Amino acid sequence: MLDPAALEAITLTLQLASLTTLLLLLVATPIAWWLARSPSWWRGPVGALVTLPLVLPPTVLGFYLLVALGPQGPIGQLTQALGWGTLSFTFTGLLLGSVIYSLPFAVQPIQHAFEAMGQRPMEVAATLRAKPLDAFFSVALPLARPGFITAAILSFAHTVGEFGVVLMIGGNIPGKTRVVSTQIYGHVEAMEYAQAHWLAGGMLVFSFVVLLGLNLLNRKTARVMP
Amino acid sequence: MTTDRSHIRLTLARAAFTLDVDLDLPGDGITVLFGVSGSGKTSLLRGVAGLEPTPGAVVRIAGKVWQDDAAGIYLPTWQRPLGYVFQEASLFEHLNVRKNLQFGLKRSRAAVSTDALDAAIELLGIAGLLERNTTQLSGGERQRVAIARALATQPRLLLLDEPLASLDQARRQDILPWLERLRDELKIPMLYVTHSSDEVARLADTLVVLDAGKVKACGPVSDVLAATDAPVVLGDDAGALLDATVAERDARWQLTRLVFNGGSLWLRDAGHSVGHKVRVRVLARDVSVATLEPQHTSIQNLLPCIVHSIVPDAHPSQALVRMVCGEAIVLARVTARAVDVLQLAPGMAVWAQIKAVALVE
Repeated sequence: MLDPAALEAITLTLQLASLTTLLLLLVATPIAWWLARSPSWWRGPVGALVTLPLVLPPTVLGFYLLVALGPQGPIGQLTQALGWGTLSFTFTGLLLGSVIYSLPFAVQPIQHAFEAMGQRPMEVAATLRAKPLDAFFSVALPLARPGFITAAILSFAHTVGEFGVVLMIGGNIPGKTRVVSTQIYGHVEAMEYAQAHWLAGGMLVFSFVVLLGLNLLNRKTARVMP
Repeated sequence: MTTDRSHIRLTLARAAFTLDVDLDLPGDGITVLFGVSGSGKTSLLRGVAGLEPTPGAVVRIAGKVWQDDAAGIYLPTWQRPLGYVFQEASLFEHLNVRKNLQFGLKRSRAAVSTDALDAAIELLGIAGLLERNTTQLSGGERQRVAIARALATQPRLLLLDEPLASLDQARRQDILPWLERLRDELKIPMLYVTHSSDEVARLADTLVVLDAGKVKACGPVSDVLAATDAPVVLGDDAGALLDATVAERDARWQLTRLVFNGGSLWLRDAGHSVGHKVRVRVLARDVSVATLEPQHTSIQNLLPCIVHSIVPDAHPSQALVRMVCGEAIVLARVTARAVDVLQLAPGMAVWAQIKAVALVE
């Protein structure tokens, strides 16, 4: 069944996915709000940029991240200047990559929820003496709740399923950057099909349950998926 | 009650028209903004509320300046002491009725007590709905809750944007009496947007007629309705509003005699007691003109008048005759040929024959 290495990979995967989801909700909310509200011309380009990880091969994304995080890259130079060393082949680097890789999965459901809500609730709040920030937290966030739930589930599931980016910038180091998907890859490379089966089957069931749950949730709240 | 007048001057460019108004309004009563769709009524209301950017505007409500860009004064919407009732149900879906009602109250200045909310709940008859979800309410109930929510903040001005437009006829009749109570009991000045001449007749103290972003008429409702240029916008509903008092009730014929400042009128007894104040509407299309006192006619309401002016109506075959009856004004819609045959001219003494009188409250 599951050996210690597999358990380690599962733990690391769950840690990565949880932290990624948390960070994504924080990062995606202002981006989604701006995309849903701004009359700016920049909405188009920024929207496309945010969606880019959806269509790019993960290896392309991983490659650029590797370069950027490396000793000669802009982020690498910055982190070295701050005394943190380089982030490539570390858990932090993996976290950064995951956040960028799953960004569209978090931004789009939240953006759609804000758009579906329309301007009116915020206007009503203003006529009832609520300051803009107060209105955002007391009206916009609760009304967009289904979008946030969808965003959280998709971000988590997508991070669990990521492979290419991990391999490019994480390098498959046991206990540090080896997640379930790369662990499976390792088992297959080593012809350990029984081990691979356990992990792959687990991922299959996990993914199905997540999507089923999301489907039921959306049917109940009648909100759009991305 | 405040007697300071309000001043609203703003311009706002829209796709189809440019709103450009400069209004001096009484600081009390209901001011109805009337006009067809796309005449700028809602834009004006949004401008007053600060929901639209209106550079260079002046908004002074009952003596308090909300916006005067020339003087560098601009209060954002949340700092303006207003209540706003939107056209469609605008209750927060994530809160129940009670929490919706408390939303504005909690954010108001400390001076606002919960008495205002309790009074609004009582006034609008929604005490039984407090624990419900907003989705469990009917359209009429939602609008009543929305009005109460706006009132709970004790606004200095209540803005209502076609509050009845999203409701069917029966629900409208449910809400109108509540609005009348509001007007009579609360003394909060209101700006009320509508394109329904019925609502104008029932609620307006002051009437502002808007057309393509411009003010066509502004003044006390009976003056504006009786003005000869009003038919252009009121169309088939042109007519006079008369404020009258019940003077006599005839039990045999089930009739009531009303006295107004130009004579008296008989109409069907509606159960009002003697001394009760009512408002009646006499549509121009229900009034005809005779140069001699009519004899042998079935029409019961005959008023001696002096012709004030005659203007062409919307259709070239018709004309509107504006007549002075005591201190009141009555309008008649007649054919242009009748004007010619009877040789009607300003200053002539005539009889107005009134076929129908409608009680509006």
